[in-house]
Amino acid sequence: MSIEINKQKCVGCGKCRDVCPGTLIALDENKRAYIKYPRDCWGCTSCLKECPVQAIRFYLGADMGGTGSRMHTLKRGELLDWIIEFPDGGITTVTVDTKESNKY
Amino acid sequence: MKTEKIRTDILIIGGGTAGCYAAVTAAENSDKNILICEKAHIKRSGCLAAGVNALNAYITEGRTPQDYVDYCMKDAAGIAREDLLLSLSERLNAVTERLEKEGLVILKDAKGKYVTRGNRNIKINGENIKPLLAGMAERQKNVRILNRVNIIDISVTGNRVNGAFGISIENDTFYVIEASAVLIATGGAAGLYRPNNPGFSRHKMWYCPFNTGAGYAMGIRHGAEMTTFEMRFIALRCKNTIAPTGTLAQGVGAKQVNALGEVYEQKYGLTTSERVYGTVNENVQGRGPCYLRTSGITEEQEQSLLKAYLNMAPSQTLHWAESGEMPSGHDVEIEGTEPYIVGGHTASGFWVDTDRATTIPGLYAAGDAAGGAPQKYVTGALAEGEIAALAMCRYLENGAAGKIPEEEIALRENEISGFLSNGDSPYTAEQLEEAMQTAMDSYAGGIGTNYRFSEKTLDEADRRIVQLQRLSDTLHAGDMQELMYIYELRERLTVCRTVIAHLKARQETRWHCFAENTDYPERDDVKWSVFVNSRFENGNTEIILRRVKTP
Repeated sequence: MSIEINKQKCVGCGKCRDVCPGTLIALDENKRAYIKYPRDCWGCTSCLKECPVQAIRFYLGADMGGTGSRMHTLKRGELLDWIIEFPDGGITTVTVDTKESNKY
Repeated sequence: MKTEKIRTDILIIGGGTAGCYAAVTAAENSDKNILICEKAHIKRSGCLAAGVNALNAYITEGRTPQDYVDYCMKDAAGIAREDLLLSLSERLNAVTERLEKEGLVILKDAKGKYVTRGNRNIKINGENIKPLLAGMAERQKNVRILNRVNIIDISVTGNRVNGAFGISIENDTFYVIEASAVLIATGGAAGLYRPNNPGFSRHKMWYCPFNTGAGYAMGIRHGAEMTTFEMRFIALRCKNTIAPTGTLAQGVGAKQVNALGEVYEQKYGLTTSERVYGTVNENVQGRGPCYLRTSGITEEQEQSLLKAYLNMAPSQTLHWAESGEMPSGHDVEIEGTEPYIVGGHTASGFWVDTDRATTIPGLYAAGDAAGGAPQKYVTGALAEGEIAALAMCRYLENGAAGKIPEEEIALRENEISGFLSNGDSPYTAEQLEEAMQTAMDSYAGGIGTNYRFSEKTLDEADRRIVQLQRLSDTLHAGDMQELMYIYELRERLTVCRTVIAHLKARQETRWHCFAENTDYPERDDVKWSVFVNSRFENGNTEIILRRVKTP
């Protein structure tokens, strides 16, 4: 389980690097973010939520049953979309209202 | 590497749950200078990075703080401090209301009352709880925050704490921080044992993998009294994703069932350790895998679960979605995690008084670092941060300013430049970490032995850990981040030795799995209704047995 960062999309703002609770993300010589220690990701998804251009995808490692799907987030006011892209091109979105409590 | 000296009244090591709240409390109740040193960035650092699903420690209507104390004492089979539990229980509701004022979403009924989950829990949207806490700390005028500064040790001379030493991961700086009072708010210790997913996903664990037992190690090194390290915490989690199970068990009433479909939880009991033990035992008896029976939940329940997990453990929602095995049609497989040392769940940690003062004058501990008060969870950690902060403010009224001797500074600089210039080790911190986890797994009751150990295996564990400590002296750091990894490894090794000594000292099995001693498989209330405490002195862990006070 870890993340991948799309360097073409990355704008070099450094917000993902700043927020990572493990200090695992760095900026390369062109000021593009990359994950320096992919095996050390906790899977907290803090970086996804910080990224202003949706350049970061979260995935489950094959060792924990991952099948190649990728997840990212999109903020729409008080709504947070969690967008899952499946390997076959399918997409599913779960929308969380950040002002709504969990039911359980 | 340059050296920078800082002077502050209060130093808070770790800007997590307890640390942030302590900073806010001290700032609002005094004009003292407060410095938080955080090795990552306080916005999302520590246990609450992904969020939290519920507040598990709250005094619901009709209940009293003493009820909460009684519940904790029972779950810990009597090995906990009623005085500490009561002092935090009395503050649980006030800190909760404060968080709501700061913007935490808490579920309320039509009359405006919090909706409860069972007797002690309330329902929230906790995805943003850490940014909220961080924002509260950042807004205080007299709080300074140093992000990416990893404290490597405290300074103790003249029988008091005088401050701490830190390294900046970003700007090649060695910090010498003189402080009159120091709060250890570093969290507990993950990564001591081989984890559930030891390969690529090794950090997909229950507890924050960046909490390396730093605060415990600092206390141990300087001879602080520590308590109950043998009461390890093992969580019952969803297989693979290591996501929480409480949401399924308490939220939608899912029962623990074995592969034959039999509900087995009543057979073993419902305390935290009994739930894990039952699952281990069903597997040993050939009735695994074990599951939480979610099949048959409604479509609406399923949708709520998908959202709830996104607010605390997004891996589980992704797993459900990509495997196609949705919880309404498929039971969720469960397993026990590797053991952790974590004072917010069990009673491990610094031995403190009701002010959260440790046995070293000027040194305080709160949250997962403080022992004696299990089941404190998020709100209990906030309460302890508050208690410790108020006590530190009082301590400062009479306390002298901390002063770190020049010789000690020079010694530390030498130690650091040693790691930066070491050249001939074939090992890396990562290799030694894996060796440590293997040794603990095989010989100190890890997943590999179904959490069981004996005196003989513990001796072997200790021998290997001591050897790894020696090897860690020769490690080379290429940059400041690698230097931090060396210090983190050494912290874990220090904590491992204390865990081993405590496991060996308690000659009974009081908590299944948490401390499953095959030489002494029975619980012995006559002899072992005591705290196992320890002090590290001259290279040895001296065990101190203290009576549990009964009212």
